[in-house]
Amino acid sequence: MSSRIEKKKFKSMNRRELLKLTPVLALGAFAIPKLQAPLLRMGLGFSDWASEEFFRPGHLATTFASSELTPFNKFPINDYDVDDPGVDFDRWTLTVTGAVRRPGDYTLAQIQALPRFRQNTRHVCVEGWDVIGRFGGARLSDFLKTIGADLTARYVYVECADDYYESLDMATALHPQTLLCYEMYDQPLTREHGAPVRLTIPTKIGYKQAKYLTDLQVTNVLARVGYWEDQGYSSFYGL
Amino acid sequence: MSTQVLAIEDAKTGEVTEAVYEHPFVVRLCHWLNAISLFVMAGTGLQIFRAFPSFGAKIPEKVLIDWPKSLAIGGWLGGALQWHLTFMWIYMGTGLIYLGYQILGGNYKQVLFVRRDIPGVWPMVRHYFFFGPKPPIREAYNPLQKHAYTSAIILGGLSVATGFAVWKPIQFSWLAWMMGGFHYARLWHFLTMWAMLGFVFGHLVMVVLHGWNNFVSMLTGWKKDPEYIAK
Repeated sequence: MSSRIEKKKFKSMNRRELLKLTPVLALGAFAIPKLQAPLLRMGLGFSDWASEEFFRPGHLATTFASSELTPFNKFPINDYDVDDPGVDFDRWTLTVTGAVRRPGDYTLAQIQALPRFRQNTRHVCVEGWDVIGRFGGARLSDFLKTIGADLTARYVYVECADDYYESLDMATALHPQTLLCYEMYDQPLTREHGAPVRLTIPTKIGYKQAKYLTDLQVTNVLARVGYWEDQGYSSFYGL
Repeated sequence: MSTQVLAIEDAKTGEVTEAVYEHPFVVRLCHWLNAISLFVMAGTGLQIFRAFPSFGAKIPEKVLIDWPKSLAIGGWLGGALQWHLTFMWIYMGTGLIYLGYQILGGNYKQVLFVRRDIPGVWPMVRHYFFFGPKPPIREAYNPLQKHAYTSAIILGGLSVATGFAVWKPIQFSWLAWMMGGFHYARLWHFLTMWAMLGFVFGHLVMVVLHGWNNFVSMLTGWKKDPEYIAK
């Protein structure tokens, strides 16, 4: 079982074995400032690709009983700038552009004329906290059909009254729980929570759920992905 | 599996020592890649935790642990997430390759803690912590080591499972459900990390105490003069 080897030979064999581990040093590329950012962008891009693969269009987010709701006054008001960008409700419209057959300005009444859905779903923030809220509104998919959107386009892009902006992949936009939300806890949306209309997307992380919507565009090309995404957060971030 | 043993002969003195090939290349490569990625995962995980250092409701936010920024990696939440979501693939990849290699190659018997190892745990503990007599060493790993390594492998699996429940609580809703929902999955993920760091701490202490020889064997595969070879 045991064979003989000369010490010198053993040493050189050991050196060879050690050299075989040099692929580990490749990770050192992450420590080189010039390479770090592109490598991390690739890594995040790969995770986003995987996220998109994991997404199942027909799989619903868990819904909760009314008793499990976070009380309305404990539902955090999160924004990047102001709680209330001062939207003029009387003159508010949602301006629709892009790959749609019927572009133009849509009123809140037109959105509310679509079937209303109410759901108790979990809202997860990228920071790590989560709350369960009650949201009501029209399915974004119904609205996209109303405006004659090209449903083969890749993205739905939105802009907001506080200059926030966001984008959604079409598969998520068409998900039955993705709502143009105008109600929380069965009451009209308050200004701090994004009145008159915000997005509610239970299959996405919190920062995707833009508030105070003003513009909606159906497009294949994104000039900007989203306020946080453009600073380095995940572009897809599906839950 | 037959163990490869070499008798090393010093040409000058004629002295003969023995060496055993303990760690195949794949195991060594996975060990080091996994060690580095675990370091990155823990460091960035702590930075991610700093964004909401609590497990309660958002309002009022209670800071449970004020984790020092100097021990965190990534600089800010977004940066830490980039590292975390990049290195998790290396962490999982090396873990899977290691597992596959050990199972298919039959080498897993070296580390797998089984029922017959149970009686040997207490004597080892007594030896390490209470200066008891040293039990005879018959295998590459003693029962306590097997217990530690098997636990680490299970913790590795748990860290991935809890991680997926935090990252994809809807697409992997069954995982999140098993852990009591997203909220608790985050807590389990955090606790798994501490358990894993506990293992790493013990592992490093043992390396420092016992052995340059052990350390070298994880680099070259060859361990000189192992105790378990009958002289």
